[in-house]
Amino acid sequence: MNPAPHVAVRNLSVTVRAPDGSPLRIVDDVSFTIQRGEVMALIGESGSGKTTIALSLLGYARSGAKISGAITVGKASFGGAGQATLAAQRGNRITYVAQSAAAAFNPSRRVIEQVIEPALIHGTASAAEARKHSMALFEALALPNPETIGSRYPHELSGGQLQRLMAAMALITRPDLVIFDEPTTALDVTTQVEVLQAFRKVVREQGATGVYVSHDLAVVAQMADQILVLNRGKVREQNSVKAVLETPSDDYTQTLLAAAQPVIKAAVPTVAPTAVGAAPLLSIEGIHAGYGAIDRNGCAAHPVLTDVSLHIGRGAAVGVIGESGSGKSTVARVVAGLLAPTAGTVSLDGEPLAASLNRRTREQLRRIQIVFQNADIALNPAHSVGEILGRVLRFYHGSSSHQARQRIAELLDLIRLPAGIADRRCDELSGGQKQRVNLARALAANPDVILCDEVTSALDTVVREAILELLAELRRDLGVAYLFISHDIATVKALCDEIVVLYKGTRVESGLRDSYAAPPFHPYTDLLISSVPELRTDWLSSVGPQASARFAHMHESAALCRFVPRCPVAVAGRCDVTPPPHRAMTAGNTVLCHRTESELTGS
Amino acid sequence: MSSTRLFRAVARLPLSGKIGLVLVIFWIVIAAIGPFIAPYPPGSFSNQEVFSESSSEFWLGSDYLGRDVLSRLLSGARFTVGLSAVAVAIAASIGTGFALMAAVGPHWVDELLSRAMDTLISIPSKIFALVLVAAFGSSLILLTVIIAITYVPGNFRIARSLAVGLARLDYVEVARARGEGRLHLALVEVLPNMIRPLCADIGLRFVFIVLLLSGLSFLGLGLQPPDADLGSLVRENTSGLAEGALAIIAPAVAIASLTVGVNLLIDAATQGKAR
Repeated sequence: MNPAPHVAVRNLSVTVRAPDGSPLRIVDDVSFTIQRGEVMALIGESGSGKTTIALSLLGYARSGAKISGAITVGKASFGGAGQATLAAQRGNRITYVAQSAAAAFNPSRRVIEQVIEPALIHGTASAAEARKHSMALFEALALPNPETIGSRYPHELSGGQLQRLMAAMALITRPDLVIFDEPTTALDVTTQVEVLQAFRKVVREQGATGVYVSHDLAVVAQMADQILVLNRGKVREQNSVKAVLETPSDDYTQTLLAAAQPVIKAAVPTVAPTAVGAAPLLSIEGIHAGYGAIDRNGCAAHPVLTDVSLHIGRGAAVGVIGESGSGKSTVARVVAGLLAPTAGTVSLDGEPLAASLNRRTREQLRRIQIVFQNADIALNPAHSVGEILGRVLRFYHGSSSHQARQRIAELLDLIRLPAGIADRRCDELSGGQKQRVNLARALAANPDVILCDEVTSALDTVVREAILELLAELRRDLGVAYLFISHDIATVKALCDEIVVLYKGTRVESGLRDSYAAPPFHPYTDLLISSVPELRTDWLSSVGPQASARFAHMHESAALCRFVPRCPVAVAGRCDVTPPPHRAMTAGNTVLCHRTESELTGS
Repeated sequence: MSSTRLFRAVARLPLSGKIGLVLVIFWIVIAAIGPFIAPYPPGSFSNQEVFSESSSEFWLGSDYLGRDVLSRLLSGARFTVGLSAVAVAIAASIGTGFALMAAVGPHWVDELLSRAMDTLISIPSKIFALVLVAAFGSSLILLTVIIAITYVPGNFRIARSLAVGLARLDYVEVARARGEGRLHLALVEVLPNMIRPLCADIGLRFVFIVLLLSGLSFLGLGLQPPDADLGSLVRENTSGLAEGALAIIAPAVAIASLTVGVNLLIDAATQGKAR
């Protein structure tokens, strides 16, 4: 017989008022229990009610929302508890780790003051005790210099460090329950691994009980003991992690699992390498670009790209990956003409394009279209879908309103949306629908190449899979080429024939998709690939601590390999002295590294 | 379709907004038909008694010369409402137009316009008006121009900050990448998305203008007799203040109800739509 559960939620419902005034249940009769020391994961797409449930554990509901049901945490139970009781519980017995730590810290106060603040407010410890405890937590969270890191200000720390500090803040009062609300979603994969490892270690050491909210099954598999699968506010499945991953009983869980590992069903024949001598459709040669004033040598004040080259054949899909700040979006902006490069050329069908937009012909502009990540701000909220698409048709093809209407219907059909949507405003559409319209706007121009800038990053896994499928089909049916930019190597591998890896604005590796299946890789590519969480519970343990970099003290330099400060296999006397060469590997990929093929394969 | 939508929007307004709407519509109607329903000509000395009490003949009593206050109020409202509306329309068109130029134009246009507006905003509005009225003499056209110029920089600043923010958004970038001209960017992509906050600003500025105009008239530099706007009605009858005459209370209440009404409506409209 199990002991009484540590956290018990019975018949929790959250009701809000729909726009038309009728009550709408966003969380519908959810019950679950968590034993002491266990972590329960709430998983589902956006709108599934997972964050709402997590917040209602804090007794918090969005204004206008009503919570009903019974919640017991430890000895306390609240059903209709007053504000005073809630305030005594929040941040003390129940704590919260938010998605964006960068926004959760007050930038004008030192970190330590903010970390120990909950303990002082609730009087659980004296300032000196809290400081001591916080240092132990910093150490457990693998933060560098645990004694002194607290005296820094938030802007001096990285996103991954802040996220860990926020976990320390949540654990400082030794709470009964910690709520992690998508704490690693905003981080790069390489950082995510470190943060996840730190979280898991500290949760186990402290014996904390947790609720982990995420949309990412693979992440949850590392953190949680139990999984609660939610869809539209209802529980679809509740089981141990192993059972959910291996023998999912609910069909929605199966959809989620399938979407976690995108495999494109619309088979696209890998484009044969362009015939010898034929110019590629789009080629980028030795691009240097940056922001800010341009100095006398033609360098920008904040250089972003150094010597980036890539080629896209007709109907090909080339992926560009890298972490945030690697300059991958800048590549798209340069190609689209939104940012003039300081050196290098972009050419279309062998014909060099003008650096700035104003000098390109309308025909050249038509052939290259750009699609941005965030459809919420990429579609003008003042216009209807029909107006947005119609404008492109009139602008490039001079379509009459009758022709335009016909073509809009065709386009909507192409992207699998009902024709009636043409009269709707964009803010009435769902995220996936918006992204489809965003894509349709590019297609309306009949382009030769579409620059997709993180088009799937803001979407839920299930929707993302559908969009990827659509992209693959469009490519097969229309022969359009893609420059597909993403931080997610799994997405890129699913869609692209050729992949370029950018690190701090330099191309460190490029090659066909198959060459990314097994080493040799560039050490950075290796890190990227090994950082992608896998759908098995023991993945995080198998990654092991990241090998320490030998030149971590070195500053990154434009004259050398930029990866040296983070590289686990850097060689003294070579990597810290001379710039690395581009090495061609037998698998066909090119790697910018001092290490030879055999050395890279072995490592 | 649009009339039902309008009706629904009105129905959704909070009570304060509905009161504001009623007041605003009331004053617009008075401005339009006031002179036609006035019981006496505004300039005629129809009452022997000055500062008389309310009576069935003279609903709002008589003023310091024995003229009918109600008739003067009904004819004066159109100057206050009309002149303020025209001035705010001019100010907003110029201010927003410049703001859009600054947002989508080259950087130097933004610099030039912003510094010019900073210069203009540094001149105190009342002094500016006093100097110009002293130099050219008061006339309806001059008053409109002065007031419009005074309120251009404020509108420019608000509109510019909105427009510059919007012009950086992805949908404007997409239009730019498509090769759209600056006029299209400004009018089709940016302007429609700043209408709502701009309306709030315009409404507020309308109130300021009513007050500035009333202030100028009160100083005797606004509308000249025999015409009178609400502000000059208050000034004319200051001598009745001690007796608490209706002749001074009525136009003061009129100014208050107009400005309060506009404010209530703006607050309700902008709050209700903000999500």
